[in-house]
Amino acid sequence: MAAVTGDSVTSAVAVDLAETSVRWLNAELHNPTASRYRVLAPRGAHAIAAGLRGEVTVDVYGHAGYYCAGMNDGGTVTVHGSVGVGVAENMMSGTVRVRGDASQSAGATGHGGLLVVEGNASMRCGISMKGIDIVVGGDVGAMSAFMAQAGRLVVCGDAGDGLGDSIYEARLYVRGAVKTLGADCVEKPLLPRHREELAGLLAAAGLDHDPAEFRRYGSARTLYHFAAHNSAAY
Amino acid sequence: MTSEHSAFGLRPSATFDAATIAGIQRAARTGVYHIRGGGAKRRVPHFDDLLLLGAGMSRYPLEGYRERCDTDVVLGTRNARFPLHLDIPVTIAGMSFGALSAQAKEALGRGASEVGTSTTTGDGGMTREERGQSKHLVYQYLPSRYGMNPADLRKADAIEVVLGQGAKPGGGGMLLGQKISDRVATMRTLPPGIDQRSACRHPDWTGPDDLAIKILELREITDWEKPVYVKVGAARTYYDVKLAVAAGADVVVVDGMQGGTAATQEVFIEHVGIPVLAAIPQAVRALRELDVHRKVQLIVSGGVRTGADVAKALALGADAVAIGTAALIALGDNDPRHAAAYADLGSAPGCYDDYQDGRDPAGITTQDPELAARLDPVEGGRRVANYLRVLTMEAQTLARACGKSHLLHLEPEDLVALTVEAAAMARVPLAGTSWVPGGEW
Amino acid sequence: MCGIVGLHLRDPKLFPRLGVLLETMLCQVAERGPDSAGVAVYGDRRRCPDGHAAVSVLDTRPGLAEAVGEQLPGVSDVLVTTAGDTSVVAAPVSPAELVSAVRAAAPGAVVVSSGTDLTVYKGTGNPRELARTYDLAGASGWQGLAHTRMATESAVTAQGCHPFSVGEDQCLVHNGSFANHATIRGQLRALGVHFDSDNDSEVGARFVAARLAQGDDLDKALRLLCERFDGFYTLLATTGDGFAVVRDAIACKPAIIAETESWVAMASEFRALAGLPGVEGARIYEPEPERVYAWQR
Repeated sequence: MAAVTGDSVTSAVAVDLAETSVRWLNAELHNPTASRYRVLAPRGAHAIAAGLRGEVTVDVYGHAGYYCAGMNDGGTVTVHGSVGVGVAENMMSGTVRVRGDASQSAGATGHGGLLVVEGNASMRCGISMKGIDIVVGGDVGAMSAFMAQAGRLVVCGDAGDGLGDSIYEARLYVRGAVKTLGADCVEKPLLPRHREELAGLLAAAGLDHDPAEFRRYGSARTLYHFAAHNSAAY
Repeated sequence: MTSEHSAFGLRPSATFDAATIAGIQRAARTGVYHIRGGGAKRRVPHFDDLLLLGAGMSRYPLEGYRERCDTDVVLGTRNARFPLHLDIPVTIAGMSFGALSAQAKEALGRGASEVGTSTTTGDGGMTREERGQSKHLVYQYLPSRYGMNPADLRKADAIEVVLGQGAKPGGGGMLLGQKISDRVATMRTLPPGIDQRSACRHPDWTGPDDLAIKILELREITDWEKPVYVKVGAARTYYDVKLAVAAGADVVVVDGMQGGTAATQEVFIEHVGIPVLAAIPQAVRALRELDVHRKVQLIVSGGVRTGADVAKALALGADAVAIGTAALIALGDNDPRHAAAYADLGSAPGCYDDYQDGRDPAGITTQDPELAARLDPVEGGRRVANYLRVLTMEAQTLARACGKSHLLHLEPEDLVALTVEAAAMARVPLAGTSWVPGGEW
Repeated sequence: MCGIVGLHLRDPKLFPRLGVLLETMLCQVAERGPDSAGVAVYGDRRRCPDGHAAVSVLDTRPGLAEAVGEQLPGVSDVLVTTAGDTSVVAAPVSPAELVSAVRAAAPGAVVVSSGTDLTVYKGTGNPRELARTYDLAGASGWQGLAHTRMATESAVTAQGCHPFSVGEDQCLVHNGSFANHATIRGQLRALGVHFDSDNDSEVGARFVAARLAQGDDLDKALRLLCERFDGFYTLLATTGDGFAVVRDAIACKPAIIAETESWVAMASEFRALAGLPGVEGARIYEPEPERVYAWQR
């Protein structure tokens, strides 16, 4: 445990990845001996805090690599920096917050929990999302919410090409411009219950935008049954 | 064509044969390509085109039943803390709950467990029935990630990252709405009754360099306990196997073009991929060149039916085989006793392949509760176990005849080919000659 | 299927540190391509002095300097530095003259780069060790790139390594896999283009070189590449004064760009950028699909 020292200021256990392996860190986090951890010098390492189960709080100081907080199930992870591909992929529950930007496939296939990206998220944000809530403070890249099945994606900036392509029942809220909508994704009215839902998500993310500034998008449900006249969309 | 036709001198076209004509007519009528289940139906070079060289004067056979011929195999020895120890080298391939009924999944688990081998989930998550009844359960990790969750991942005995399958290398999936029951829909987080599409690429990685990082994540989540398999459809097998190893696979699964599917375009099933016979030597060559043959284990599938197929696959260098279609047949698929019901569906025993349709009279490839209830999981499990035992005993019989005290001691030198094609693909000599067509690699 | 890093320095004060920075970046993507690696440096005057041309060649035979000297009457200072599988030959002549002289002096040897600024090293083995073999840390210059390779369909050889440098002072590195390179290879061959390897990425490099030779700039050449090539790719292409990045329409293969007043850098993963000076204040972003990002010296 050479690299692990009690931190009197925050009462969190500090793990310095310059001296300790990610493998050791994750083994510790899977059977935690403390409730709070500070991860130092991540320097883009992969799978940091992957597979958390139950309530444990992890603060990562610096940039994380691929699959940070992957399959999180109950943990609270904050990255004080940016993250690589697939942050919080397949999250079940808990909260993951990225202070910087997120690379591709943020929150991919997530079933639950809340992912907040304070900066921008690049392509395929929320791809195949299955119930997760994702709030992005900035923009999202192309093909975001591709085949999104359930959950909510909130984009406070702009969305790139092909938003919501082949979307199922997920709800998308975008404050800025949408470059293009994907196949079967259409704008839908922002009803009072949607504003209420959006207000709740923004509040959970700590953002104070007016829900009325957003537009809502979802599935036209024309691809739900295979048909020859849709062949161009498959 | 009937004999009546030929008596009148009528001549059907070999190019436009009856099935082709029916296909054109069907396309013109519906405007949609033909989606069906099962594997390639055309004849391709296969294990039947190989023969084993039994012992004679130059080699000594082992006595049946009395002299040992072991059958166990260990899978996933490269990185995992808990490799899989199987009693027989015949496993059950991945087939989803959704494609199959819960009863069928349970029966496969029961059958596999009874003889000490593994069964595999599919594109739809892990059911409690199959986990409960499976001693060794391989959890598939697919592009759709339907039902994927870390709790089930930790319950699995191995993880199989699926890039593709033999019926459709490079293709995604399509489960038609009639099979999306409430339970299937809930497990997949989809509205019931809609046609469900599965992507052809994973959502958060593409290519072996990024797969290496994905495998690392899966190992981290499961504390490096479980073997990680990588499954590919047989196509560019030599390269794919090398890259699977480079990405960190503990086990590589290669599924030949005869491998089945629950629902895929007919044109895809019949025209993409290579036969398992051609794929195995490529895979083995890749493993040997990397010096990991028998260290990274090779499972092959696609048209394995008999103990002879098992023995030949192992002789070519596989560590184990997987069966899918054959296991369904053991459960009662295409059974003549359903002839009348098949006829009602426009099919016949031996031809039924409408697994996509959900009206399977045998109650296997369906989510209809009444149909599914026709399959008793306990009885089905017994049949699967019987069949697996026969496969194993048959393979042992052949291995003993070749003088082997373990099925895995079979080797390519025990094989010859009946046809030039099979000799070229399997890289073994044409029977009675020392000629391996195609020359050195 | 690979790891890419590239660094384009704007601040001359950093030029002496180019090799050190590049080596740090390279080591961070070693796992992405453990088979083999290649490095390109622009402006390493140890190996390509001012007023000289440099030719990198996969040949380490002794007496190469003398043999090349014999092909260049009147030229006294032929400099040969060898590291691993690669020799860099430098002489105060034009790059074309030097290439001819090297080919005559070392028949059958594979020329992997030529120019007045560029030196390239390629080899099989662990990228970290290769960087030491090349003494990359000792290199200075204004631009460089490196590539670690997980070979897809072509052989693991020094020849198959990236970068592919097929025009004077040009380089191209690739992460991904082209899906129609055989057709384009055939078309280029029909135009008289010669290929050194069976690598799909070489086809991309030859295509870009052919466009540049026709007068296109890097931006236009890469936009045309996007039109003609199927497949998945992140490309970094460099010339004597340019540095450009492009990804395919689907953009699955990773890429990240960071820019400060002192430098522009790109890499497959952020961790390769983490050690750059001033990265905390850099503008960091991922290149969008089919958009060419180009910088000029």
